[in-house]
Amino acid sequence: MDELIKYAPVLAEGFLENVKLSLVAGVVSLVLGTVLVAMRVSPTPVLRAVATVYVNVVRNTPLTLVLAFSALGLSDQLGLVFSEQPRVNSFWIVAMGLSFYTASFVCEALRAGINTVPMGQAEAARSIGLTFFQSLRLIILPQAFRAVIAPLGSVMIAMIKNTTVATAGGYLADAAAVMKETFDTTGASIPIFIGIVLAFMALTMPIGYFTGWLSQRLAVAR
Amino acid sequence: MNLSVLFDTPGPRGRMRNHLLTAVSVLVIGAIGYWVYQGFDAKGQFEGQIWKPFLEANTWQTFIIPGLIGTLRAAGAAAVLALVFGAVFGLARLSDHAWIRIPAGIVVEVFRAIPLLLLIFFIFYLLPMLAGGGDYAFIAVVLGLTLYNGSVLAEVVRAGINAVPKGQSEAAYAVGMRKNQVMRLVLLPQAVTAMMPAIVSQLVVLLKDTALGYIIAYVDLLNTGFKILPAVFFGSLIPAAIVIGVIYVGLNMALSYLANWLERRSRRSRKTTAPPVVPSVADGMGAAGG
Repeated sequence: MDELIKYAPVLAEGFLENVKLSLVAGVVSLVLGTVLVAMRVSPTPVLRAVATVYVNVVRNTPLTLVLAFSALGLSDQLGLVFSEQPRVNSFWIVAMGLSFYTASFVCEALRAGINTVPMGQAEAARSIGLTFFQSLRLIILPQAFRAVIAPLGSVMIAMIKNTTVATAGGYLADAAAVMKETFDTTGASIPIFIGIVLAFMALTMPIGYFTGWLSQRLAVAR
Repeated sequence: MNLSVLFDTPGPRGRMRNHLLTAVSVLVIGAIGYWVYQGFDAKGQFEGQIWKPFLEANTWQTFIIPGLIGTLRAAGAAAVLALVFGAVFGLARLSDHAWIRIPAGIVVEVFRAIPLLLLIFFIFYLLPMLAGGGDYAFIAVVLGLTLYNGSVLAEVVRAGINAVPKGQSEAAYAVGMRKNQVMRLVLLPQAVTAMMPAIVSQLVVLLKDTALGYIIAYVDLLNTGFKILPAVFFGSLIPAAIVIGVIYVGLNMALSYLANWLERRSRRSRKTTAPPVVPSVADGMGAAGG
């Protein structure tokens, strides 16, 4: 217990990085996932193909490889640099890799949501003369989103837990890296481990309950 | 829903717009591709010399194959243990006795909630303290994957058995079977067919997550292929990433395809009355499902 108290400030600072990563990746992956799902159902075959290939490849690649490649390949080799400071740069590189990875799962969840929208809705939208974008924006996506709030919540929870893999992208300031560093001096400490796990649960469980509650409140009555 | 219902069969103007959009998207994607190509080319990533190692049998023998074996060894061991863990805890959660059901439920929920990498780190540092010095990377990876994926599989087992219609167990009790017989002869055989797709998709996640071993220096495919190999053949980073990526994606896609095929098969199977258990999208994210 003493160890937890002694190292609590450093660990909390590390955990704050996970929260920041989650916020960035949450917003970006939701936007990107929505764009991807729009591409996947679009009338343009090339866009459909690109989105399908993207989702299937990224979904089947380990996140560790995605992040390692973002750091070593895109940043070091391609010169994709967000900031001159290495620390800030790796933060954005990891946030980017995590967003790209999560977006493919957001897309899959939303596609499942689109499949729950009855065909008659799309047919009615077309028959009153809405264009593809209008029917997607006004009729299909709002219903699809409401149908998949709970799965999207699970995706976000998984994404939050995935922020611990930031080490693979060279970002060594998050809770997992700090915990590892602390263990190097103290050895495995059960209080520290439980403390960090509880911090993550404090973040993920409310999201689980909130999205569960929201999905029932906003369920489309059919 | 049939997706093509979202838009009409394009008329002359629609076709024109489609061609235009196609041209624009090809241009944009081409531009991104060209930018990546240019960037890598400027760093000399497409010179024959750094690709040459991948054409030599020696590279495969010393780096890629041993790494792949390391990955498959960890995945295989963790898969077997996770299946056992999942079966035991899944059934325990369905027990009629509260003193079995509740602890099993707590174990499953806790291990599902812990970020997998933290669990692996903890085991990696805990074992040397308990059992003395040595290399625990393999055990830490396998144990972490077992506890996490086993907990997810326990939920799959529970969902599978709950998916069998109630009439089946009622009928079995009515003909005088015992609790154990109902489970063994009626519920489990039907549930296994229903669970198969979800189990295989979880095994894909498990295989993908062995890559976490890279962080604690377990000798897996990512480690030998992406860390050691580019260090030996200086500058072969991008070729290595491409080769390693293709191997991972190929393996996982083959398994995912098997899962889809099993789901289609179990949907029309007459061996089970239960609908297939559909894996959640979030569980596919690896490292940490919902």
